[in-house]
Amino acid sequence: MSHATLPDRRSSLRGASLPKWFPWAAAAGSIALGLGISAAAGLQSDIQWGLIAAVLFVIGTYAVASKVEGRRQAKDRVATSLVWVAFILAVVPLASLVYETVKRGVKVLDGYFLSHSMGVVGDAEPGGGIYHALLGTLQQVGIATAIAVPVGVLTAIYLVEYGRGKLARAVTFFVDVMTGIPSIVAGLFILSIWIVTFGMGQSGFAGAMALTILMLPTVVRSTEEMLKLVPNELREASLALGVPKWRTILKVVLPTSIGGIATGVMLSIARITGETAPLLMLVWTTPWINANPFDGPQGSLPVYIYLQYQSSAGVGPGYDRAWAGALTLIAFIMILNLAARGIARWKAPKTGR
Amino acid sequence: MAKRIDVSGLNAYYGSFLAIEDISMTIEPRSVTAFIGPSGCGKSTFLRTLNRMHEVTPGGRVEGKVMLDDENLYGAGVDPVSVRREVGMVFQRPNPFPTMSVYDNVAAGLKLNGSYKKSELDDIVERSLKGANLWNEVKDRLNKPGSGLSGGQQQRLCIARAIAVEPNVLLMDEPCSALDPISTLAIEDLIGELKERFTIVIVTHNMQQAARVSDRTAFFNLAAVGQPGKLIEIDETERIFSNPSVQATEDYISGRFG
Repeated sequence: MSHATLPDRRSSLRGASLPKWFPWAAAAGSIALGLGISAAAGLQSDIQWGLIAAVLFVIGTYAVASKVEGRRQAKDRVATSLVWVAFILAVVPLASLVYETVKRGVKVLDGYFLSHSMGVVGDAEPGGGIYHALLGTLQQVGIATAIAVPVGVLTAIYLVEYGRGKLARAVTFFVDVMTGIPSIVAGLFILSIWIVTFGMGQSGFAGAMALTILMLPTVVRSTEEMLKLVPNELREASLALGVPKWRTILKVVLPTSIGGIATGVMLSIARITGETAPLLMLVWTTPWINANPFDGPQGSLPVYIYLQYQSSAGVGPGYDRAWAGALTLIAFIMILNLAARGIARWKAPKTGR
Repeated sequence: MAKRIDVSGLNAYYGSFLAIEDISMTIEPRSVTAFIGPSGCGKSTFLRTLNRMHEVTPGGRVEGKVMLDDENLYGAGVDPVSVRREVGMVFQRPNPFPTMSVYDNVAAGLKLNGSYKKSELDDIVERSLKGANLWNEVKDRLNKPGSGLSGGQQQRLCIARAIAVEPNVLLMDEPCSALDPISTLAIEDLIGELKERFTIVIVTHNMQQAARVSDRTAFFNLAAVGQPGKLIEIDETERIFSNPSVQATEDYISGRFG
């Protein structure tokens, strides 16, 4: 800690260095300065002082460090502080989103809320719940997963293990194109085929088909990458034992990569669970419990949140229900992610002795 | 069990590139045949044509005949999968299946093919591990992951896995190149024991190893980079290392090469 005070004995290996607490001091100082500047300038916003502090922190670190430690160390410190600033800028909105959602969502989120529908509750009345929407989301996402996962995983197996030449390149191209499809376009596509051309009504299944379109490319892509990570030596070892190729894929390649594939599938489920646009078009919603995804409008969490917020105009029980719905949705996706991590850890190739 | 291999007029290609040209040789049963030669001369490619693993590589194809006793491996209607059950292989880098235990690794060939009786499996695993001189080291940890063993143990595990399916021929592609001298010695001793039961073909870059373990040695060479590799000569190991009939062999063995 005392090197900074010994500038006279210049060793070629040990130059002057700033004390360990310097970054913290610089951060505290720049936050204080940032607050001071924004107060002095009369800025109303909650964000600007932070941005000013971030800029001051980076500049101040460079100035002090280049004075005391030299230019190379100063650059090193600037890079470090940039990384920290970027990290905080990325985490702050996320943390505040979770904080706000939990704070506003827990008001009405309880067992009653999760197990009752909105059937006999008016928009402006308190009470009611989310059961119909939760059920609808589970069914729609479940159907989409049941279709997209087998098709997606098999497509990826084809691309990695068998695909050569034109067909494989065409499939890869179309998967890439599908990745970029906006969800509203997927909804319009199913709308024009299923509802307009075939004359079917709105249903959870129609929404599930649109979600399948959105999910499929993610599943194919992530599975493909995971299969490519399986060393070729394992395939050859299995083939050299006289195991047919399909059994090699089933018993050696897939088990080796199942953790990664499960993670990819869970992430793609998380991605489609929050989709709203195609559901508005294809499923619409109902305040009643509709347990049949093949017939008539069904509730779903994203649409529920949207409609509760819309009818409440920012205050009252509907507004609280919208936040509780949002919290449920986030919790649902969080649980899926945790499950994916659990599966990945449980199934990962073992290295222990 | 062990069978004779008779190769005649064999060419192997990667796409349109001719990798090895016009190879003919006889590999005697119950003996060790070593392949030596500079890198890229096609030793490994030739080895892989002997159990039809060459065609697993995209673009790989083979012309010519490989007779296993009286059956042509490349004859019409021959299933590569059944060829590989007859001709086992051990690779350069130890490659146990990472998701499987030691036990399951050894049993993999039988289990994955579905052709086994549960009661026999324990015996086969024990016999194979003993055959690979690994039993004493792993008998207490049969249910631990195979990738937790040391490199030399992993390689012996791979040998146990290969002999568990009772092949007639065992191909080894530089089995010791990733191992330390002590593990190498263990594998070389093992090769000496295994040749009582199998026909063994081994590719090696280590000429002392070829001299130590093999009965016959084949020298491969290529005229220049981009040219196909060729078999220069095959003879008794003693003769190859003392008095080879081709000058290039002597140059290579004595280190006077290129």
